[in-house]
Amino acid sequence: MNVIEIKDLVKIYNSSEVKVKAVNGITVDFEEGEFTAVVGPSGSGKTTFLNMLGGLDRPTSGEVKIGGINIWELSSKKLIDFRMNNIGFVFQAYNLIPVLTAGENVEFIMHLQGKPKKERELRTRELLESVGIGDRIKSRPAKLSGGQQQRVAVARALASKPEFILADEPTANLDSKATTELLELMAEMNRKYNTTFIFATHDQRVMDKAKRIITIEDGKIIKDEEFDQ
Amino acid sequence: MKNIILAWRNLWRKPWRTIITGGSVFFGVLFTAFMTSMQYGSYDAMIDNIVKFYTGYMQIFTEDYHENKTINNTFELTDSIMSIIHEEPEITSYAPRLEYFALASSADITKGSIIIGVDPQMENDITSLSKWVKKGAYLVEGDDGILVAKDLATYLKIDVGDSLVLYGQGFHGVMAAGLYRVKGILSFPSPELNKQFIYMDIKTCQSFFSADNRISSLVMMVPDHYHLPKAMKHLKKEIKSPYMVMSWDELQPELVSMIEADNAGGVFMKAILYMIITFGIFGTILMMIAERKREMGVMVAIGMQRAKLGVILFFETLFMGLLGALAGLLASIPITYYFYKNPFPLTGEAAKTFIDMGIEPYMYFSMHPQVFYIQALTVFIITIVIALFPIYKAFTLELTKALRA
Repeated sequence: MNVIEIKDLVKIYNSSEVKVKAVNGITVDFEEGEFTAVVGPSGSGKTTFLNMLGGLDRPTSGEVKIGGINIWELSSKKLIDFRMNNIGFVFQAYNLIPVLTAGENVEFIMHLQGKPKKERELRTRELLESVGIGDRIKSRPAKLSGGQQQRVAVARALASKPEFILADEPTANLDSKATTELLELMAEMNRKYNTTFIFATHDQRVMDKAKRIITIEDGKIIKDEEFDQ
Repeated sequence: MKNIILAWRNLWRKPWRTIITGGSVFFGVLFTAFMTSMQYGSYDAMIDNIVKFYTGYMQIFTEDYHENKTINNTFELTDSIMSIIHEEPEITSYAPRLEYFALASSADITKGSIIIGVDPQMENDITSLSKWVKKGAYLVEGDDGILVAKDLATYLKIDVGDSLVLYGQGFHGVMAAGLYRVKGILSFPSPELNKQFIYMDIKTCQSFFSADNRISSLVMMVPDHYHLPKAMKHLKKEIKSPYMVMSWDELQPELVSMIEADNAGGVFMKAILYMIITFGIFGTILMMIAERKREMGVMVAIGMQRAKLGVILFFETLFMGLLGALAGLLASIPITYYFYKNPFPLTGEAAKTFIDMGIEPYMYFSMHPQVFYIQALTVFIITIVIALFPIYKAFTLELTKALRA
């Protein structure tokens, strides 16, 4: 079953003198439980594509349907709610809220969802334990290593029980050991919760773990390959 | 509640910056409260001086007397007026006066003078008239002696124990004439008053002008000018034509103009201080927004509504302003209280000016609540206005730009 259906997606940036087609007519579908890497050289349009897919950047034209809903037809307020309930984000620079502890960062999104306190606390503990840092629940991000922060970010992305997780260069700031551990962790989450993961990456180690690799160049998909893992 | 906790924690991310910004608000509020207290204290002293010197806080007279101050426009104090005054709890004391013009002659010198008939005790309760008696003695009830202002006495070459002939026109054109013994010499701070005032007991005065039971005005007091509006509202409503009531500021518009002119200077100074506070807070907010743009982007990206983000930023701004303002207020209360109890003594020309105005040469301070709450209210309003900026930023945040910041 297709979770995400993308049709003729175009993004044109109007700079003062020239129009830049960052994404140039992408049509692609993603199914439930995919573990996909979107790859391509710098400036190929990966991040722009992911941003439009995640409801962060409005396309110039085309459709992004998630669970049958064209997200770009939603009002700004409904789109924020849609992101909260359906999409998890893992960013390159972790982007945890520095004044909140690891536990509070994970709990934050459930608080926004209006989940009861007991449920929030239980799920936060469970998620942090499953990403291997249950003992750092009360630590603030500044006290955690890059790898630990990215684990918290993954737990945060999973906290709202989203349909899929978008990860933009999640391993770019991590050393080799932390990258391997993080990829193992995300693969395990993918298996355990059947959550769809879509990465934008340059990292060969991520590509090696991916079940599907979509290659973008000049805003277009030039290759779409599936692998058995 | 979570939003408020988050705002509070955000405030202490960079403690020194918050302390410096709060410090600018603290010193701004402290200084404006101190300055306002000094201003209000000096105005209170001026007003107190003028009302206790002569006008009282309020006066009742006839509309005709207000237009034309002749003996024929005086009135008899009725029970209905007295009951209105007794019903008003703010009025602490009152005194009747009969005031008119007459010629004063001693031997071969004659001079026009203002004759004021007063109830010695009631008048003394309001104006402390007895303190201006520099020679001789003060009046007693039913006294047939008079008190003469010093320059008038010098001009007429009279002293305590001498006699003075007064003559003029009484009620309804009756001839007024009498011989009075000088019981005391008055020395007022104002040279104008020293040249023309003669005081006598009101019964003696009524008899002199053949105006039995008539008065020209009834002077009334309230505890201070902050209590005046309520009393005036009541009296203006109850005192009906042909009588009228006026307050000290209506009777002394030149003093009001002087206070207003001085206050305008104070307002300008305070406006500069508040501008410094405003830019201090605003600068910090601008820095805070620039530094946390990406974090704000992340919050909206993962599902926080922009309005909620605006609320967090609003509380951060509010906390910063109010913390400084509260600390400034708390510090200003004991400092101004010290000077309220121990006013600065003035020296030199400033002291001389005060003495000439009949005010003791001290810089007075006020502890009126307005001195303090106005500062808190002003900072609160400034903070609310500044807080609109981060709310605007939350609503106009471009997610992709913010996430790249």
